[in-house]
Amino acid sequence: MLEAEKGKELAARILKYIILIFWALTTIIPLLWVLINSFKTSEEIVKNGIAFPATIQFTNYKTIMSYPDLSMSRAFLNSFIISGSVVIGVVLIAGLAAFSLGRFRFKWTKYADAVLIACLLVPSFATMIPNFVTISKLPVRGTHAAAVIPQIAGNLCFSITLLTGFMRSLPDELDEAAIIDGASPLYVLTHITMPLSKPMFATVGIMVFIWSYNDLLTSMVYLSQRSKQPVCVILSMVSNMFGTDYGSMMAAIIVTIVPLLVLYVISQEQVIKGLTAGAVKG
Amino acid sequence: MKAKRQRTAILFLLPAVVLLLCFMIYPLGKTIYYSFTAWYNFSAVQTFIGLDNYKDLIRDPVVRTALRNTGILMAGVLLFQIGFALILAILVDGVRHCFKFFRTIYFFPIVISATAIGLMFTLIYKYEYGLLNYFITLFGGEKQVWINEKTSIYLALIPVVWQYVGFYFVIFLTGISNISSDIYESAMLDGIRPVQKAVYITVPMLRSVLTSSIVLVVSGCFKVFDIIFMVTNGGPLDSSQLLSTYMYQKAFARGNGGYASSIAIVMIVLGVAVTSVLRKMLQGGDEDA
Repeated sequence: MLEAEKGKELAARILKYIILIFWALTTIIPLLWVLINSFKTSEEIVKNGIAFPATIQFTNYKTIMSYPDLSMSRAFLNSFIISGSVVIGVVLIAGLAAFSLGRFRFKWTKYADAVLIACLLVPSFATMIPNFVTISKLPVRGTHAAAVIPQIAGNLCFSITLLTGFMRSLPDELDEAAIIDGASPLYVLTHITMPLSKPMFATVGIMVFIWSYNDLLTSMVYLSQRSKQPVCVILSMVSNMFGTDYGSMMAAIIVTIVPLLVLYVISQEQVIKGLTAGAVKG
Repeated sequence: MKAKRQRTAILFLLPAVVLLLCFMIYPLGKTIYYSFTAWYNFSAVQTFIGLDNYKDLIRDPVVRTALRNTGILMAGVLLFQIGFALILAILVDGVRHCFKFFRTIYFFPIVISATAIGLMFTLIYKYEYGLLNYFITLFGGEKQVWINEKTSIYLALIPVVWQYVGFYFVIFLTGISNISSDIYESAMLDGIRPVQKAVYITVPMLRSVLTSSIVLVVSGCFKVFDIIFMVTNGGPLDSSQLLSTYMYQKAFARGNGGYASSIAIVMIVLGVAVTSVLRKMLQGGDEDA
């Protein structure tokens, strides 16, 4: 009786681990397969898609880094220029706005909150065509800024909402003391509120960086010049351009995801926090 | 003093307001306007045609396919991102020592760009050397051409659903860890079984987390683009189109700005409608939005 009970429990435990490990494998195996194949020649891949490479060779990586029209190294530089500018822009503009909404209390503040929430419901598809027209008329056309400005705008509402909420929760006493001492609002922002809000700025910054780095659509729409396009746009063209050079495609995937995987490994808690906080983003 | 403070507040708000006006509010209005016009190849000429774009849209078989595909996607995300992720979270909650390991593994697909995931699955489905055909031949089956008109939408949606299971897993895990342990302890004293514990305590306690997650996954279905664009690009023969991919093609490949705008408007209206209906349905009059 007792034995049977124990056996049942053990079976349940084993089943539990089988399910958990099964899902872990479905996330790891595809990526591992890409990684292994990225070190093989295309002939090797076609001959046996699963075997380890005879010799580890980096030819594929060299190919994609120096491919004349689709150089991954140039795309990397573009990605970091674009996503870096977007993060700086969002942190500055959203930081100022959140300080205004979160630390000053006026009658109109609550209307601003309602507008922000409404903006969260607007998907990028709904603004894409007119923005494309606007951008193509502005002098930023053909520069990195053509993708940076719409991306900043697209991330603002969500970032302001998060930062405002955080700043509202800060105690008032410090500000008041500083203001009585004659400090300007800008001083209060840079010396009191910003340092206290660092964790939320970090969350917003990481989330915006990941979102911008991975954003295919806006870069594809607003940046038509090959020499300015970021990594994911180049990656989206790889399968058409490389034809049957499967090894290079595999290497391109690995190269694209490595920066964010490194970020994830270094600061996993921050990344998870940032992305789950960004769940509401439109 | 107060007026000065108000001036400062407005000044700080200004850059954000200008950006939102120029790249969010104004274009939204403009998209609504474009949707009532015949407008091709981003020319300077827009002819007002009233509701004609919307009339075409109702008769367009591709729109019907896209809506059906969105329905399939919704079923998929509810089943896997909510259902399966919830099961995984409940299971992991029981194994204290290695839950961090599982969390790390399950979450990482979310960090990877959808473009890379799309290309990865394209390669997995390939005929000659794809991972899928490798497993098929391993078990003695015949190699297959996977993507055809019937299968395309399912194959394109597998990575979409797969990518975000870990996301809701983490959300549910956080929710479970917020449930007071007192409740579990008293239930344990009553000799409750693990399955009963999950059904009668964990799931009801997660109600508000589940509600917001369901609203989130379902309304998110209208924003899926990258993976479909990479794996099938809506094909073959439009069989795997979503409204998003169809709208992109209409606007930027076929230059039909008016029609594409009307698709975009339908996307927002459906998104808002589905979200508010779900909210009403799921919130049986209790707190939390």
